[in-house]
Order: sequence, then C-alpha cells, then structure tokens
Amino acid sequence: MQYLIKNGLVVDPVNETMSELDILVKDGVIAEMAQNIQAEEAIIIDAKDCYVCPGLLDMHVHLREPGYEYKEDIESGTRAAAMGGFTAVACMPNTNPVADTAAVINHIIERSARLGAVRVYPIGALTKGSLGKELTEMADLKAAGAVALSDDGQPVMDAGMMYRVMQYAGMLGLTVVSHCEDLSLAAGGSMNEGAVATMLGLKGIPNVAEEVMVARDILLAESTGCALHLAHISTAGSVRLVRQAKARGVRVTAEATPHHFSLTEEAVLGYNTNAKVNPPLRRQEDVAAVQEGLRDGTIDVIATDHAPHAYHEKDVEFPYAPNGLIGLETAVGLVFSQLVQPGILTVPKAIAKLCSNPRKILNLPGGQLIPGGVADITIIDPELSEVVDPAKLQSKSKNTPFVRWKLTGLPTLTMVAGQPVMQARRLLK
Amino acid sequence: MYWQRKDLLGLKDLTVEEINLILDTAVPMKEIIGRKIKKTPTLRGRSVVTLFYENSTRTRSSFDLAAKYLSADTIGLAAASSSVAKGESLRDTGLTLNAMGVDVVVLRHPASGAAEYLARYVPAAVINAGDGTHEHPTQALLDLFTIREKKGSITGLKVCIVGDIMHSRVARSNIWGLTKLGAEVRVVGPATLMPPDIEQMGAKVYTDLAQALEGVDVVNVLRIQLERQQQGLFPSLREYSRLYGINQARLELTKPDALILHPGPMNRGVEIDPQVAYGSRSVINEQVTNGVAVRMALLYLLTGGEYNAIPH
Ligand SMILES: [Zn+2]
Repeated sequence: MQYLIKNGLVVDPVNETMSELDILVKDGVIAEMAQNIQAEEAIIIDAKDCYVCPGLLDMHVHLREPGYEYKEDIESGTRAAAMGGFTAVACMPNTNPVADTAAVINHIIERSARLGAVRVYPIGALTKGSLGKELTEMADLKAAGAVALSDDGQPVMDAGMMYRVMQYAGMLGLTVVSHCEDLSLAAGGSMNEGAVATMLGLKGIPNVAEEVMVARDILLAESTGCALHLAHISTAGSVRLVRQAKARGVRVTAEATPHHFSLTEEAVLGYNTNAKVNPPLRRQEDVAAVQEGLRDGTIDVIATDHAPHAYHEKDVEFPYAPNGLIGLETAVGLVFSQLVQPGILTVPKAIAKLCSNPRKILNLPGGQLIPGGVADITIIDPELSEVVDPAKLQSKSKNTPFVRWKLTGLPTLTMVAGQPVMQARRLLK
Repeated sequence: MYWQRKDLLGLKDLTVEEINLILDTAVPMKEIIGRKIKKTPTLRGRSVVTLFYENSTRTRSSFDLAAKYLSADTIGLAAASSSVAKGESLRDTGLTLNAMGVDVVVLRHPASGAAEYLARYVPAAVINAGDGTHEHPTQALLDLFTIREKKGSITGLKVCIVGDIMHSRVARSNIWGLTKLGAEVRVVGPATLMPPDIEQMGAKVYTDLAQALEGVDVVNVLRIQLERQQQGLFPSLREYSRLYGINQARLELTKPDALILHPGPMNRGVEIDPQVAYGSRSVINEQVTNGVAVRMALLYLLTGGEYNAIPH
C-alpha cells in the first residue's frame, strides 16, 4: 500500500525546522520526501495547513496489563494512544505481577505485537516487586526488550539502594526513570499542601516532598554517572534543581505532564477525585515554572502519566480514591491549546518533547522523518477543535479532569509502519 | 427569608442571612428544651437517621434528642469501620436509606468531603455532623448561638481559637461562621499543628498564646488528642500544656468578661484548667443545651418546617 501525504508542513524536531514537503510512503517506509510528488497508485492524504510530524511517543503510560485489565489493557490503551496521535508508548512496570522479570517483559511485547494498535516499549522495574529492596536482573530485562527501568508509583526510599541501582543500570547503559517522592514528607497526603487543602480539610503533600528526592537523585546520578530521567516533575523547586544540575553537566532529563502545565490545585475543589493525582496538582507559580522549564529546555519531555482507574474506584470519598488520571487522548490538544497557541513552545520544540527527546532518552531510533526511515507519522491539525467527552474516549477508564474542555490542535492521522491506525479522528483498527 | 437548601454541608457556603435564620430559629427551639413536656408535633411522620462512621456519643445524642423533641422518628446506624476503610459503602448505604424513605441523614464520617459526596446521591437532606478535618457546621452554629446569646452580637468581637487547628473541623467551621458575622478570628497553636495558609480563610495566625489572647472577647479551646503526640507533632502533653493550656493567669490577658468555650470532651488539666472549665466565664455546659436547640432548628428548616418560618 502506498500513501502520499500532500501539502503538509513537515516538522523536523531535531533541527527545529519546518518545510512544505510531500511524503510518499511505500511498504512501511518513507520512499520519498520532496515538493509536488506525483504517485498514481498512492492513496492521497491531504495535510493542507497541518503539521506532519515523526510519530509521537509517550514515554510514561500505565497500560495496566497484566493484572488490572478492568482499568485498561494493551488493546484499549494502545487504541487510546492511536487516537491521541501517539505511534508508540513506553509502559510502566507497576502491573501485577510487576514487570521485574524477562517473562513479564516478554508477555507485554508479545501481547502488544498481537493486539497493540501502536508500538509498545516496556519499562522494567528497578527493584524486585518495586519494593526497593533487591535489584532486578537488569541485564535480563534489557535483553528481553525493556527500554528503561523504573519503580514508578513507588520511590526507592533507601538512598543506598538507589545508589546501587544507578551504578548497576549505568553499567548496562539503561536510563533510570525516577518517581521522586519522599514518603515521610508526603505521608498520607491526598492533594497539594496549601490553602485549598487546608480549606477542604485534606492532608497536603508539600512541594518539598518531591524536591528532596529530585535533589537526592541528581546527586546520585552525578556520583554514579548513570543517566537519570525524572518522571512528572511538578514544582518550581524541582525545575530549578534540574536547571542547575544540567548547567553543571549532570546526565539528567525531566518530563512534565499536560495536567501539571494546565491545572492548579483548584481543580480539586468540590472533592473532584478525577483531579486526584500524584504528584498532586500544584499552585499557579508551580504551573508557571513548569511552563518556563518547558520553554527554556530544562524539561525535555512531555509525557502523560496516563493512569486509568475504573469509575467505581474514583466514585468514593476523596481520601479513599486512587491517584491518577488518563491522558493519552487529551495530550496533543493540551500541548497545542496551553503551550503552542500562547507562544510558550514553537511547534518543532513541542514535537521534540513528544517525539525525538523521549526516543533519545530511551535509546530508541527514529524521531525524524527521513527517506528510507520507518513511516511512523503523526499529523496534527492546529485549527481542529473538539470538546472532551468521556463517552467518546477509547480508554477503558474515563478518569479525566478535562471533561467539557474545548481543545484546539488535534491529531488527524496516526500512522504506524506505513499503516494508518487513526485517520480523520476515527480509529481504523 | 426562607430556607432553600437541601443540605447543610458546611458554613463556608452559607450566607449571613442563612446563618442568622438558623440562629433565630434556634431561639424558640431552646425554649422547648426548657419546658416540662419537651415535645412538639412539628416533625411528626418524618424520619431522621444518624449515620455515624466515627464514635461520638455527644453529637449523636444531641441530634437524637433534637429529632425526638420535634417528634421525628429516629434510628441510629453505626457503620463498621472496616467497610469505611475500603470506602465502598457510603453511596450504597445512602441509597438504601433513601429507598427506605428517610427524610434526613445526619452523617459523621472520617473522610473530608464525605457529606458533600453523599448529598450528591441522595434526595434526603444531609446534615454534616463532622467530616474528617473539613467542617463541623452544627458545632460552629452552636458556638455562634452561645456567643450571640451572651454578647448580644458577634460583629466586632475578637475570638481566639486555641489548639490543634490542623486537625480541627470545629476550627474551620468556626472561622467561616465567625468571620461572616463580622468577628475577628485568631488561631493559635504549635506550628506543627497549624495548617498552611490558613490565613487565606480569614484568620490571624499566632504561635504565641499570650499575644493571641490579648484583649479577646471569646476563647474557644480545642481538645488536644494524645494521638498527635504519638505522631510526633508535639513533644509532650506537659510541654503542650505549658505553652497552650488555658489557665486562670492567662485569662488575665483577655477582656474581663471573656467567654470560655470548649467543644468537649475536655482533657482537664491539659488544654484547659479545671478552674477555668468550671469558672464563671465558662459557657461549656450551655453549649451543650444550645447544641440541641441549633440541631432542632436545622431539622425543622431542612424538612420544610410549617412555612419555613420561625415557629411561635
Ligand atoms: Zn510516578
């Protein structure tokens, strides 16, 4: 099958350029990139006034399989990814069983190959059972296909353990993805600490609970030389610490989520459990700092931390609700509405954070559209608007705080290996 | 002025007029409590359930008597704490009560926001009898009633709330109610028991008790829980008492006619000296009577009353 993507603005996030080019896709690869390509047999995809980007990759999602398929599974999660414009996702290992052995990694890879609408790259656990006590067989995990290591959801509280984790992972050339949260400071909190928590009578999680661990992990990365990636940083202090560390050459990268650059703690008002997330939604000054970190390059990646939970799990008294919200299907719209349109990020910079930067961190190829390269392509229409409607979401869970938000700037094509999986806002698989 | 709300969830959202309507309605209700025959037919045929997920003999019996004095049928449900921990049953329990035709559910629950959550799902009137560390509106209303009764008006008064502000739903409801009615509210306690940014609710924050008591008209003393010491939030009851215990000497700093309130039950000799608790300025026992009156007023208003007006 041949496809000819015509009249689009092709985004090169690596060189931060955009050019009007047609792209001919043939047998799963990019056959040609030039102006005014003619190809009789090809199916034409008109990309006029749209951005044609290398396939987006969300490096922080929870697919919930194996173990919690009632929340999400590989099939539904990757359909949500395709709908959101992602041609690939990296999935976190906090499944049941935890992805701490080659067997679980293999299982995820096999299931994804069979049922996945998009590519799935599993992330292995740092410690057995993510309990923070014993190293996993990291070389084995890597051999099985794990692209990075993380105990996401649970911080490695013991600094000595984290030191050994980084020494060992560093030896194997694997990036450590850290969930930064000091549990003794976060203790029992269910939202950001501050005026809103005080008013609602909810125990707060202070900014410093995250920052203490960001500082610790940066020092450990500096000492071990291991590549450290900080998941979902949310505070002004964390952004400052990462900025300082980068300036002195530490191998540290960071990600921010669309909810942390779009929402404040006030989203929790009314005890909205769909706004209960970890790290919690912070204050306006933190949101501004995260946006500034994205702008100046301190924050390399935008990842969703897509965390599906079933309706009945969120439909409880606030303190009892689990943390997490879904993000795959709203991410691009939020990036364009909240960052690109207000001028915080240029289109190539935004695409870099959704595409080439995460691939660099995970040592994955791609992230650039080049003749001969694999045809993983996302097309985004910056003018297209949609109101977020839970009933229309592909994810099994509907726990989004963005219900009824009007998002402008949406993916209109998700193509994996030369095959469209989503086109014109409709799934094809 | 007519009562229009389905529920009473907190004082944060009430208007001054609504608070005054409750307090005004409580005046004739208090008169009923003083009678030999404490029974009016006002709520005959109406049903009130007290649904308590936390123990509180005081609040519960106060609601129970309030309902009985108005001739409502009452039942008390004590929910098992194990189901609470899982957070499973509140909605279902509410719907069950609803199916049984209950008019009013009085809810005490350890989770902040639980009353608001329940109120979303049941057509019955929900009264928040304390939700986590969020609000305890009926306690604050009885405090307001007591202060107003003694002082004539609340406007312009200086009120000091002493103790574990962090975990106190009484403090939060009092701050909303008192500031709405025009009082100056001061909160004082150890820094580890002071919730962050509470000044944004309109209170002045102190850690020094002497400064906080200077010239106040009312001292509201909160109960200190030993559990907080076990959590490492303060070093010892001895030191707490030394820094924040209300005794006769410290009362010298207040206005000479300052009132002493305490939501009970008291740790005598810890947060409050027995001399003060039983002294001439203490209105602690009257608070208990007024609690029944305020709760009668609320049950009356929330069930529609005769004409939503004050009974005579
Ligand atoms: Zn995490």
